[in-house]
Amino acid sequence: MNALRFYVNDHLVEESAVSPTTTLLYYLREKLGLFATKEGCNEGDCGACTVAIVDAMAPGGPKFRAINSCLVLLPMVQGKRVYTAEGLATGDDLHEVQKRLAEGFGSQCGYCTPGVVMSMFEAAYREDLDEDWKLDDQMCGNLCRCTGYKPIYDATREVAGTRPEGRFRDVLEKAEASPMTLTYEHGAQRYFTPDSFEALWDVLEDHPTARLVSGGTDLSLEVSKQFKILPLLVSVEGLDALRRLAVDGDTLFIGATARLADVEDVTAERWQPIHRMLRFFGARQIKNRATIGGNLCTASPIGDMGPILVALGATAHLGSREGSRSMSVQDFLVGYRQTALQPSEILTHVTVPAIPATARCVAYKVSKRQELDISAVSAGLYVELDEANTVTLARLSFGGLSARPATRAAQAERALVGAQWTLESVERAAQSLKEDFNPISDHRGSSWYRSMVASNLLRGFFHETASGAVPALPYRPTATVNSFAGR
Amino acid sequence: MTHSQKTPLHRPAPHESCYLHVKGEARYVHDVPPPPGLLHAALVTSPVAHGRIVELDVSAARALPRVHAVLTAADVPGVNDCSAVIADEPLLADGEVHCCGQAIAVVVAESLADCRAAVAAVKLRVEALPAIFSSREAVAAGSYMNGVHIIERGDVQGALARCALRFSGEIETSGQEHFYLETHAALVLPEEGGTYKITSSTQHPSEVQANVAKVLGIPRNRIVVEVLRMGGGFGGKETQGAHLAAWAALAARHTGRPVECWMNRDQDMLFSGKRHPWYSRYEAGFDAHGVLQALDVFTVPNGGWSNDLSRAILDRCLFHIDNAYFIPHVRFEGRIARTNRPSNTAFRGFGAPQGVMIVEEVFNRAAEALGLDPAELRSRSFYRDDEEHNRTPYDFPLPGPRSQRIHEELMESSEYVARREALEAFNQRSPLVKRGIGYQPLKFGVSFTHSMLNQAGALVLIYSDGSVQLNHGGTEMGQGLHTKMMAVCAHELGVPMGRIRAMNTATDKVPNTSATAASAGTDLNGAAVHAACVTLLARLRPVAAKVLGVDVARAPDIAFADGQVYIPGESYETSFDAVVRRAYEDQVSLSSTGYYRTPNIKYDASIGRGKPFHYYAYGAAVSEVEVNLLTGEHRVLRTDILHDVGDSLVPSIDRGQIEGAFVQGLGWLSCEELVWNDKGFLLTHSPDSYKIPTIGNMPTDFRVELLQQATQPDVIHGSKAVGEPPFLLAISMVTALRHALASVRPGAAIELKVPCTPEAVLREIERLREAVTVQERQHELTT
Ligand SMILES: Cc1cc2nc3c(=O)[nH]c(=O)nc-3n(C[C@H](O)[C@H](O)[C@H](O)COP(=O)(O)OP(=O)(O)OC[C@H]3O[C@@H](n4cnc5c(N)ncnc54)[C@H](O)[C@@H]3O)c2cc1C
Ligand code: FES
Ligand code: FES
Repeated sequence: MNALRFYVNDHLVEESAVSPTTTLLYYLREKLGLFATKEGCNEGDCGACTVAIVDAMAPGGPKFRAINSCLVLLPMVQGKRVYTAEGLATGDDLHEVQKRLAEGFGSQCGYCTPGVVMSMFEAAYREDLDEDWKLDDQMCGNLCRCTGYKPIYDATREVAGTRPEGRFRDVLEKAEASPMTLTYEHGAQRYFTPDSFEALWDVLEDHPTARLVSGGTDLSLEVSKQFKILPLLVSVEGLDALRRLAVDGDTLFIGATARLADVEDVTAERWQPIHRMLRFFGARQIKNRATIGGNLCTASPIGDMGPILVALGATAHLGSREGSRSMSVQDFLVGYRQTALQPSEILTHVTVPAIPATARCVAYKVSKRQELDISAVSAGLYVELDEANTVTLARLSFGGLSARPATRAAQAERALVGAQWTLESVERAAQSLKEDFNPISDHRGSSWYRSMVASNLLRGFFHETASGAVPALPYRPTATVNSFAGR
Repeated sequence: MTHSQKTPLHRPAPHESCYLHVKGEARYVHDVPPPPGLLHAALVTSPVAHGRIVELDVSAARALPRVHAVLTAADVPGVNDCSAVIADEPLLADGEVHCCGQAIAVVVAESLADCRAAVAAVKLRVEALPAIFSSREAVAAGSYMNGVHIIERGDVQGALARCALRFSGEIETSGQEHFYLETHAALVLPEEGGTYKITSSTQHPSEVQANVAKVLGIPRNRIVVEVLRMGGGFGGKETQGAHLAAWAALAARHTGRPVECWMNRDQDMLFSGKRHPWYSRYEAGFDAHGVLQALDVFTVPNGGWSNDLSRAILDRCLFHIDNAYFIPHVRFEGRIARTNRPSNTAFRGFGAPQGVMIVEEVFNRAAEALGLDPAELRSRSFYRDDEEHNRTPYDFPLPGPRSQRIHEELMESSEYVARREALEAFNQRSPLVKRGIGYQPLKFGVSFTHSMLNQAGALVLIYSDGSVQLNHGGTEMGQGLHTKMMAVCAHELGVPMGRIRAMNTATDKVPNTSATAASAGTDLNGAAVHAACVTLLARLRPVAAKVLGVDVARAPDIAFADGQVYIPGESYETSFDAVVRRAYEDQVSLSSTGYYRTPNIKYDASIGRGKPFHYYAYGAAVSEVEVNLLTGEHRVLRTDILHDVGDSLVPSIDRGQIEGAFVQGLGWLSCEELVWNDKGFLLTHSPDSYKIPTIGNMPTDFRVELLQQATQPDVIHGSKAVGEPPFLLAISMVTALRHALASVRPGAAIELKVPCTPEAVLREIERLREAVTVQERQHELTT
């Protein structure tokens, strides 16, 4: 068994006397007495607990990542550097982000502020915050009830991408990947991060009740909100092969533990619909931890990656001691919180084929609030057309309309295939769509709303793709469906 | 630069704690390092909305390891009540429960996990009784509390009969969770001789002190309540923080150990009261010139299960139904619904937003019916500065209303008229996306409407090195009160801001304080700080004369500014520190209290007449929105605000209040939706499901200006209150949405509900599509 070892504000922490499901937030506050980091919700939705870690293995070189410490279990930061708002100043000199926020009137009650500072801190070292919407995306995980956000926005804009001089640049330059592998036990609880598949299969076979964990943004809620005691967690984060994120010719390869923030980057051009879905997915802090494996394996009916991956005809690749097998993502998502995974089997990666020029494809997500909200309806809509403008293939996949994740709208698809790609046939398909689903009503939206929106998204899809181009979104679109194209 | 220009007043300044905030060093209750022996308190709460407790067996819970006490109503040594105004709120339920989440017992244990185990081990059976949830249901059942308030003038029915346009309707506005980022918390340390030191996240330390004294059955002088700062309050910590302090104090009394009571987000949202949801019926009449002549309103806030501050909130609603408009004939009747919800409480605006929503609905409907620009229509009914058009419904003449002036300036700076035309042209071309523009004026009365509360105290201590400690009765919750008080103090004493330390608010420094509320914190405490400083300066001047070596008769000529003490235009000069040192040597007292009460506030609710306010704040906003007709999603593209804060004490702070209040108002009217199940349990009890605005919800183009040349007489340095009023400006978004929707089917009556969630908007879009317009109906009839 190993001790937990990580750095907080450059001080080494070694710990072997706490439960492995201790959250980083709890540990910072209750054990280290670092009270800057706040608990505002314990569920990833407010950002008051935001800290930064150094991700030495990030694609393109080491990066700071803002993450929700309330959803991070201590073994997840094994070997890593963690920074909190207390750790940014050098002596009496504030970090540039702190100075700008303070002097730009960006704090009122101050309770959101340490978290805001840490999200701004990540922003300061990001080199890709070149568009306004990315600033929103960077900061939308930090709720502030006082300021109305303007000073926070302005201060973030000033510091974004400036890579301030000083010791943090060195931290990034000198960052080295340290092994995550770990076996940690406390009381009756165990946390295991294997670095080989052999070790993984062993533990899964020996412990059929072991829970797999990846980024933990879903699983940790069982600890932070439901106060469950999880006896054995097995992390897949230590397996290098699962982290792979690459374009292989015409295929996009997304390893099961690739971070959604990185998936967002890599899909910006050729797999733009995935990129577009990720723009409305969670918040930066979530995407910095969340993985595609976790998203698909949760098989949540309101998971957002399912519909677009199904629409794109993506393939899920599964691995076990017996070897590997693959199937469509659609077949992988069997039912409500149910996948095709067998015991002791994991999802290893997802591959997505190129989008042919003859295809039209968009991803939509509609929720009460556009940023950091769970979908009322999410959709991945895909058609292929021949030269005669006839629909040869339709994959219309929806989340939020049924218990099964990423359900295909069979009737609506049938109405389209073989028909001309015109407003009239889309209208017919939109009508059939009402027969495809009988959605539930809950606090996110009524059955009526979900049905209505689903049909309207199909209409929006037609309008948006009428010109054939891959539709892009403006800054702060009023809706995820960009209806300007239909003017 | 001359010395006198070096005052910190009327200049931007960062928040006094901003460097602590950004370094994460600013402490809140839950960040106080745990004192040795700290125990935690948590609650056993009612699982039903209304019921009789038939079994409450805490013995198994008491027997658990690390559990130190489980306390019920029987364990309260003093009075089992923790209320603000009317003693109707048992600290722990006794016999009957009145809402889901009502506290029944307190468990006290070594950790929160131990508390959870103890709560789970309590045997509780509650027999459900019939429950009432909405104001509408309460009206039907006649379930009211605390009497009727009527404000009446003229002859409403007679006037309505003469009106050219007359219509009636109903309007409901929704509740709103405060969602202060810092949840409720209190830490109680038992000290020697049966005394207690309480650190509380409260806007009202004196009420916490009073309630704890009552519950423990001890005099108030045994209790010191201290407020470090709050991570947001917005009214939610005006009364309801006292409960946590009282539960923790009860636990400390029984265990003899320090106890913290802190709520996580779910617990906080389930327990605490919210903005009152509100139901109103109205009938309105406009004359042939489109001037509002008569308004008859029956209005019912959902008070929840106990009074809390509902009566004062209802009063403020009635005082604001008129908003910026002179209405010759009015009858406003209000009653408070008693329901089985958590007791609704103060929230920024305190009833005024709900009242104003009524009259704005009336103007929107009238404008739509008459086919007029709703901004222009509103301006026709403004209060004017003449005897015929300046009397409020409670018959008080408004001194110098500023609505018209603000209206004119804002119409011009926002280019309202041209943009409105351009938007209508845009809507013609755009089938799936519509835009609209909306204008919202406001008038907001400033003072506690209960005159006794309009008093404040301060205590200023100068140390012999010239540094200053500033105490006053107000609490800091992010609104920048301390910053403003420091500016007043620094200005008065003529020292730099850096020489002053604003102390934690504490009941042993200033006693018998009022809540920091009603936007009046600066007015009241600022005047008290001013008074204390005036006293101190009167003592320092003769000393200064001595130090400067001038005749004591010249003392009044001596100026104090920016740490220097001098006679303007002459070469005599010394420092504040030197004068202070000399004062100490000369045995002159260097500390003083200051006290202020607002003069002449008198209101008689039995006749609906009087002067409930010291003065009024004004402002207006223009918002432009865009709506997507496929999803109902919408966004504010631009907002222009012109707001009257008098001569701003600290403009950066006031601007922050305006921006923050506006966005909070947007939340109330758009994405924030409280959803309860039919058993009265709140489903949206965390930010996963309750959505306050994020950064993307702020207007994309957000322009805030302060009204210039706006000195307010008889208020500290000509300033005005700012905390609440700008919240109302968000109503401009609703008017803008209606404008956008009007182009879906021109001429049809709009029935947009709030909050304007995407679903609510899409429903209205679809309803409009199906609706038959007046013109169409006429067309059908004629063909
Ligand atoms: C604040 C917040 C916002 C969110 N917003 C969104 C959103 O907008 N859209 C959305 O779809 N989701 C959202 N989520 C849910 C969640 O973040 C995502 O589903 C995320 O992708 C999960 O990935 P993870 O790696 O964190 O999963 P984990 O929590 O690590 O795992 C989730 C589940 O998958 C299993 N698992 C993980 N990896 C594997 C694997 N390789 N093989 C087999 N099983 C595996 C685990 O055993 C676990 O049961 C949100 C969550 C939070 C807290
Ligand atoms: S505490 Fe709210 S996001 Fe972690
Ligand atoms: S400053 Fe109060 S929540 Fe942001």
